[in-house]
Amino acid sequence: MQPFTMHTGMVAPLDRVNVDTDQMVPKQFLKALTREGFGRILFYDWRYLPGEKPNPEFVLNFPRYKGASVLLARANFGCGSSREHAPWGVKDYGFRVIIAPSYADIFYNNCFKNGILPATLSEEQIEELFQHTEKEEGYSLTVNLPNQTIADKHGLMFKFEIAPSRKEVLLKGLDDIGTSLQHAAAIDAYEKAHSATATMYDPVDVKYYSNGR
Amino acid sequence: MPPKTLYQKIWDDHVVWEEPGKPALIYIDRHLIHEGTSPQAFAGLRSEGRPVRRPDLTFAVMDHSVPTTDRTLPILDNDAKLQFDALEKNCREFGVRLFDMNSRNQGIVHIIGPELGITQPGQTIVCGDSHTSTHGAFGTLAFGIGTSEVEHVLATECLVQARSKTLHILVRGKRPKGVTAKDIILAIIGKIGIGGGTGHVAEYGGEAIRALSMDGRMTVCNMSIEGGARAGMVAPDETTFAYLEGRPFVPRGKVFQEAVERWKQLRTDDRAKFDMTVELEAEKIAPQVTWGTNPGMVTSVTARVPDPHEFQDPNDQKATESALKYMGLKPGTPIVDIPVDRVFIGSCTNSRLDDLRAAAHLVAGKRVAKNIKQALIVPGSRGIKSQAEKEGLHRIFTAAGFEWRDAGCSMCIGMNADVLPPHERSASTSNRNFEGRQGKDSRTHLVSPVMAAAAAIAGHFVDVREFDVAHVE
Repeated sequence: MQPFTMHTGMVAPLDRVNVDTDQMVPKQFLKALTREGFGRILFYDWRYLPGEKPNPEFVLNFPRYKGASVLLARANFGCGSSREHAPWGVKDYGFRVIIAPSYADIFYNNCFKNGILPATLSEEQIEELFQHTEKEEGYSLTVNLPNQTIADKHGLMFKFEIAPSRKEVLLKGLDDIGTSLQHAAAIDAYEKAHSATATMYDPVDVKYYSNGR
Repeated sequence: MPPKTLYQKIWDDHVVWEEPGKPALIYIDRHLIHEGTSPQAFAGLRSEGRPVRRPDLTFAVMDHSVPTTDRTLPILDNDAKLQFDALEKNCREFGVRLFDMNSRNQGIVHIIGPELGITQPGQTIVCGDSHTSTHGAFGTLAFGIGTSEVEHVLATECLVQARSKTLHILVRGKRPKGVTAKDIILAIIGKIGIGGGTGHVAEYGGEAIRALSMDGRMTVCNMSIEGGARAGMVAPDETTFAYLEGRPFVPRGKVFQEAVERWKQLRTDDRAKFDMTVELEAEKIAPQVTWGTNPGMVTSVTARVPDPHEFQDPNDQKATESALKYMGLKPGTPIVDIPVDRVFIGSCTNSRLDDLRAAAHLVAGKRVAKNIKQALIVPGSRGIKSQAEKEGLHRIFTAAGFEWRDAGCSMCIGMNADVLPPHERSASTSNRNFEGRQGKDSRTHLVSPVMAAAAAIAGHFVDVREFDVAHVE
């Protein structure tokens, strides 16, 4: 995974609470077999009019936010479905950082698997950033993960909290599976002590590949 | 030993590796997969040359995009077909059991796990689907994960997890007639909000929860995620054990009796502390109907569509305004005056036998209203479908004007042909009323199965308590 240390980029504001992952990647795009290409369809129903014409009323289509790489959002961002297609879309669109007052658990978790930093600030700080973004065209922020700071070029500086283990995953771009497999001996030992199949009767009358055709 | 919650007991029992200040590695007892969120995980395994560690603990099913019409016909949706083919190929190659769309045990992943007895108390269960919380009804720790985590579990049978906070949800007293498990969970979400349970694992308790059947408890746990809680659970009891006994994957005889003795320990100790507690009075809960674009935007059937100005928080005002615009609703409209275009009874929330029996009882001898363009009954599994047919429920439904379909996720997510058209309004027993969820620009109202059935008959929402209702879960 691509490590994350520091990022400077233009901010795009998404002024809406409870943005769910169905909005980020609608169901018709869940039939993909790969992780690629979700940036084009991110926020599909908001972003496009019939015929895939860009909807001029949707904020990410405003010319002034073209090229934004920091997404400023409201509370409970990423609620709903567990689809990892949502963070794949966020990343592929070009966002490296999300800044919101709170996130839904599964989405938050999924961000770290994809090298996206979901930074958390207070409601008041978020409100202030929305105002700056609105006022100043091209408003950009520098997000420093080692120092846990978000700063603009006018001297604004916010500290954000992040669990040390989460921070390490992003800084090092860690592959979770590789790390966990270092504990293979512990997994073996656990399996010896706890048989997960102890209460699993294996029925012969259940058909697995019942291909009727 | 200090007193522990049910969650803490299951958690402690599954820690494989732990070091201070870091998330733990926990063992996963059952891993459920489906065609929608697994292809990229298998691709990852393949590119790293990793096997599936425990194919015997992994169960696959086709559910999200399967047609609910005649399955002997070719699949017309090419993308869906490619996903089915990929799942079949992946399962063969990695030795994973698959219930394909022609299996007589096929159904929605969260329906067949319990139905076949794959789901058992005290387990950890994960699936690349947020409604995995359903299995918590058995006193399991069950939650949805992303595709990267699906790959992680396939490769290691473990998951990297930080301990959650605990939330106790007590529903006291007796549930009135016509008020179902669905109304209880919608009322809970209405109270705590859709982010209210974030960071927490919920445990449901109280007389009204204890009185629910397993089908009803599954409905409650299913929608935990709609209140932000990744997992929801109910401590197992005699209702649980009676449900499980004799199911295909449940052990027989002495092994079962011994398991039941162990499962009885799976309860929150007296004096154990929760991080947060929420209480509701079942007597005060009326049938619920959502009016907005998330499950927390919900009210009683006797109420009216709210006015954005009733909300204090400007963010809530804006969200309400935008939701009413999307839903095509005017503030102050009585809920019972909202006409319905289509009715959907199905989904992992409400497609079990109790749901179908209650809906059938209500519609028996009646007809679907003329303004209803479509009324769908989609059983959660082929097992449920077959049992319902033995009971003659399908004849009651079709005589009343409902369509009787094959099992799958169907119009809850609209990944197959069962889509709610633009600007049409549904009475739906599913779990999400997000914008575009059932189809682009479609308008979803979440309700219980009896409320959906009553809306189909009346053509608009009605207070089901005014109908002759069976005592339903």
